[in-house]
Amino acid sequence: MWIFLVSDAFTFSSLLIAYGAMRHRFPEIWPKPGDVFTHFPFIHAHVPLMYVGLMTFILIMSSVTMVLAVDAGHRMKRKSVLTWLGWTIVGGFVFLGSQAWEWYHFIKGSEKGAYVLADGRYARTDDLEPGVLKFHDGTVVEGAEAQALIASSVKNVKGANLTENEYGNVPLFGNFFFFITGFHGFHVFSGVVINIIVFILVYQGFLDRKKDYELVEKVGLYWHFVDLVWVFVFTFFYLV
Amino acid sequence: MHHEVVSHASEEKAHSALTTKMIWKVFWILLGITLFEVGISFTGIPHTILIWTFVALTLVKAYYIVGYFMHMKFEVVPFQWAILLPFILIVYLIFIALYEGTVLGYIPG
Repeated sequence: MWIFLVSDAFTFSSLLIAYGAMRHRFPEIWPKPGDVFTHFPFIHAHVPLMYVGLMTFILIMSSVTMVLAVDAGHRMKRKSVLTWLGWTIVGGFVFLGSQAWEWYHFIKGSEKGAYVLADGRYARTDDLEPGVLKFHDGTVVEGAEAQALIASSVKNVKGANLTENEYGNVPLFGNFFFFITGFHGFHVFSGVVINIIVFILVYQGFLDRKKDYELVEKVGLYWHFVDLVWVFVFTFFYLV
Repeated sequence: MHHEVVSHASEEKAHSALTTKMIWKVFWILLGITLFEVGISFTGIPHTILIWTFVALTLVKAYYIVGYFMHMKFEVVPFQWAILLPFILIVYLIFIALYEGTVLGYIPG
């Protein structure tokens, strides 16, 4: 398991390093995460980072329940293993749901999107402040001047896909977001599936007959690794 | 057969080092660091200092997850080296890729 995790860590490192290299390639126009991930369920305001912070909390929490499941496994306490492993599976599903929600808002974007000017600059609109245009360098334009810019714009980009996104004139930003968080999300999904399989095996008493709970420890390692990767994705995609 | 018994016994000993109390302590450390990171991202601290703080704190979090949750801290030393040493290559890759990316940004067209 450790050998596999080292190779998987190299894969994730390469993806994040590629992200870093391209970010250094386009330092002026790369979207600021604080302007992109601003949504929170049921709150109609700008709350950047709070939701990803919550997702991080959920994943750390499910890591703790997994350690407790492994710990119970060492004591051969079947019921306790089932309880903690069950909570870990719940945590995994909550995280996957959160990620789906995050993707939805990233793809959908704001109501009016961004207006692309003839010189290639992106003027973003904001649902909370209608009629106000914001540029990447922090310039804010409003009123008649903003209306004139909208009228002269060559294109209106809403949300994000693989070829363009309203967050900036960098299609790579969307590509990296979909690929890295998607790749991580797929790891979480695989982890949940493997956890469910082990849960069934424990439930059926397979590990008791084997008199060995090492299987729980192995999936535990994988699950912590997924948490570890998220810690890095959280920092390099959302914080810096 | 004999080997299995020995390795099992040593494993048991290794795991007894990680208590439930320590598990929760690591949890609070990880949660505290995450809240701190989100908190300081809203302050007016210069961006460069923020970035290096985030990188340092991320490595601290990684240390606790790998060391305690993945019980690397309780493994034998040669195993620790075997797993951790290859990551020198990652440090090198970070250096060359970010350097290359920055230089590409200066090339017109």
